[in-house]
Amino acid sequence: MATSPAKKSTSKKASVSEDAARANRERPTEPTPYKATKEELLKFYREMLLIRRFEEKAGQLYGLGLIGGFCHLYIGQEAVAIGLQSALTPGKDSVITGYRDHGHMLAYGIDPNLIMAELTGRAAGISQGKGGSMHMFSTEHKFYGGHGIVGAQVSLGAGLAFGHKYSNDGGVCLAYFGDGASNQGQVYESFNMAELWKLPIIFVIENNQYAMGTSVNRASSEDQLYRRGESFRIPGIQVDGMDVLAVRGAAEVALDWVRSGKGPVLLEMKTYRYRGHSMSDPAKYRSRDEVQSVRENSDPIEGCKAYLAELGVGDDELKVIEKEIRTIVNGAADFAETSPEPDLSELYTDVLVEQY
Amino acid sequence: MAIELKMPALSPTMEEGTLAKWLVKEGDIVKSGDILAEIETDKATMEFEAVDEGVITSISVPEGTDGVKVGTVIALISSDDEAAAPAKTVAAQAVAPTPAPEVIVEVAPIAPRAEPVSADGAAMQSVTLREALRDAMAEEMRRDDRVFVMGEEVAEYQGAYKVTQGLLDEFGARRVIDTPITEYGFAGIGTGAAMGGLRPVIEFMTFNFAMQAIDHIINSAAKTNYMSGGQMRCPIVFRGPNGAAARVGAQHSQNYAPWYASVPGLIVIAPYDAADAKGLLKAAIRCEDPVVFLENELLYGRTFEVPAGDDHVLPIGKARIMREGTDVTIVSYSIGVGLSLEAADKLAEEGISAEVIDLRTIRPLDTQTVLASLAKTNRLVVAEEGWPVCSVGSEILAVCMEQGFDDLDAPVLRITNEDVPMPYAANLEKATLINADKIVAGVRKSFGR
Repeated sequence: MATSPAKKSTSKKASVSEDAARANRERPTEPTPYKATKEELLKFYREMLLIRRFEEKAGQLYGLGLIGGFCHLYIGQEAVAIGLQSALTPGKDSVITGYRDHGHMLAYGIDPNLIMAELTGRAAGISQGKGGSMHMFSTEHKFYGGHGIVGAQVSLGAGLAFGHKYSNDGGVCLAYFGDGASNQGQVYESFNMAELWKLPIIFVIENNQYAMGTSVNRASSEDQLYRRGESFRIPGIQVDGMDVLAVRGAAEVALDWVRSGKGPVLLEMKTYRYRGHSMSDPAKYRSRDEVQSVRENSDPIEGCKAYLAELGVGDDELKVIEKEIRTIVNGAADFAETSPEPDLSELYTDVLVEQY
Repeated sequence: MAIELKMPALSPTMEEGTLAKWLVKEGDIVKSGDILAEIETDKATMEFEAVDEGVITSISVPEGTDGVKVGTVIALISSDDEAAAPAKTVAAQAVAPTPAPEVIVEVAPIAPRAEPVSADGAAMQSVTLREALRDAMAEEMRRDDRVFVMGEEVAEYQGAYKVTQGLLDEFGARRVIDTPITEYGFAGIGTGAAMGGLRPVIEFMTFNFAMQAIDHIINSAAKTNYMSGGQMRCPIVFRGPNGAAARVGAQHSQNYAPWYASVPGLIVIAPYDAADAKGLLKAAIRCEDPVVFLENELLYGRTFEVPAGDDHVLPIGKARIMREGTDVTIVSYSIGVGLSLEAADKLAEEGISAEVIDLRTIRPLDTQTVLASLAKTNRLVVAEEGWPVCSVGSEILAVCMEQGFDDLDAPVLRITNEDVPMPYAANLEKATLINADKIVAGVRKSFGR
């Protein structure tokens, strides 16, 4: 837009030039789909299938009364956790998420037995049965939970990123949250400080379209959630979260950006959950046709299968994997059903670390 | 007719100050807006500005005078309008309006201190509570690189209440971090940093603002160790002033000790004197558990004897008998301890020997010390600067009923603030707050007098 330089600039014109400045601001490069080798793709397939079958089994165990309380399944969103976490450096980078956390743990290769046993509230569970579905952690893997308050993990994740920077350990924090959490105030407090201090953090919005029963459109004035960081100068990228290679491609770009010291980046993963918000959600807010349409047209595991077919991997090979996964999941379920509940003497342990 | 210039109140809690420097002398002509003097409060050095025009006819308080009470006439200005008959009294204004706690701070050099020796041989030094807290943080930061301080105005401003004064200079911006005004966010960032292995000290400008952040204090910091089966540590200190200050109204005058003390997984400390504040803050920073450390603004400027050296660390969870007595036990914490000691003096004049216990740590509560004292005196009152309902006093009362019933010669009484939001009007505020006379009256009631 042409403006007369002789004219005194008004605030309106200043805002136009601001827009221009923003357009000129450096941005991450446009991600391209990751070029996976056959082995990598098989690994992605296997891991996504493990999440799918694990979650289906968890749903069954919930129906049988073996899992109680809230249980949020990750079915449909598998490509997000696998695509992103496969790009991280184990032992260096950290991950934190909300209550829909089983998939993120499985993506880290954490023993499914320990996860399932936590779901059934057993002593062998990864939190010794004291956390449950929403509260699982593995500090060994730098997986920091597992948080039940919507949006809390965003501030906590910024704190983990602060720690990476403070300790100069080269790590990056990956902080997942949902489209619902993206409306919480503390998310923006954290965006502000993360960019101000150039913290090494990737904010990942897993936009599965529904915050419990409220669709994004009904809850968000700006429903293009990748733009939510713009006013903090955090660049955002919208990604097909149903395509594991697209997700991994975006992860590479985001990691490059953050590791080079340019501060946070925001990834909006467009994804979909096939099941209800939790096991007690009848999901009356959407039609069966909508769910069916996503399953048929953009299922992440079917998509991965198609990529594998292009590389000459046939159904027989995949059936072997399927069988292995079922064995692992059935084993986890058996373990979770048969291992003992925590001893009552554990009731008062781990309230505090020290004795006073 | 001359205008009296009076020592101004430059903060909500200021009662006296030091007239550090006169920038005018007798005979000078001043006009509105001229800087007349520099006045040191317990929090800051403020410039003192003329409101009226005229000639300085006399200076009654020389520069360098300490302890000048608010309202003392410090100089006279002859009015231009000499015909105006009635004497005009004007308290000059500070350059900046001073809502608590936005004060202009100048960093004063840390003065060398005399080191007398205490009865048991340990070198003692006179230190304000504010300095003791600062020293505790500085010593722990020297000792452990994982310790950092984060909060609003903690760095460049040198602390809204000057508690973090000098830390930025010594430790730099990596470890002394100013935040935007976003309590929820930075409490979460601190908690996350603690989960990741650092040892944050998070300052809330006051605990009133920590209500914005209480979710992280309770849901994230206090519970995660338990929820993770002992995997996830959260060694963090949330600290700042708590309780009523002075004339700051209902939203800025509240004691949160009972709130936090009800939460398993938290340590809650509320010290009274500077030695305990220092020793317990050092312990809190070294502690593996999350700590809520409740200070009191009215005590920041008070001077106490503190053991010299950087190894004064006290055990968490231990009450302290501040004054031994035989007839009645007064249990208190934080600012209530000073009032209880004052009450004990008055009671002594009536022939009642009161034992005063400072809880120091509110969670875990040192019930043994309380019950042992009750067994000795058979009467107990709790003095608490806070609301009566579901208070720390209520808890002590329950402990005495459950575990000390046979030792009781009279019901345990709670002496607290009135059960109302803090009023602003000076008389109503005074009527609301606990004081020594109310404690004395409570003790008398315990004796049926």
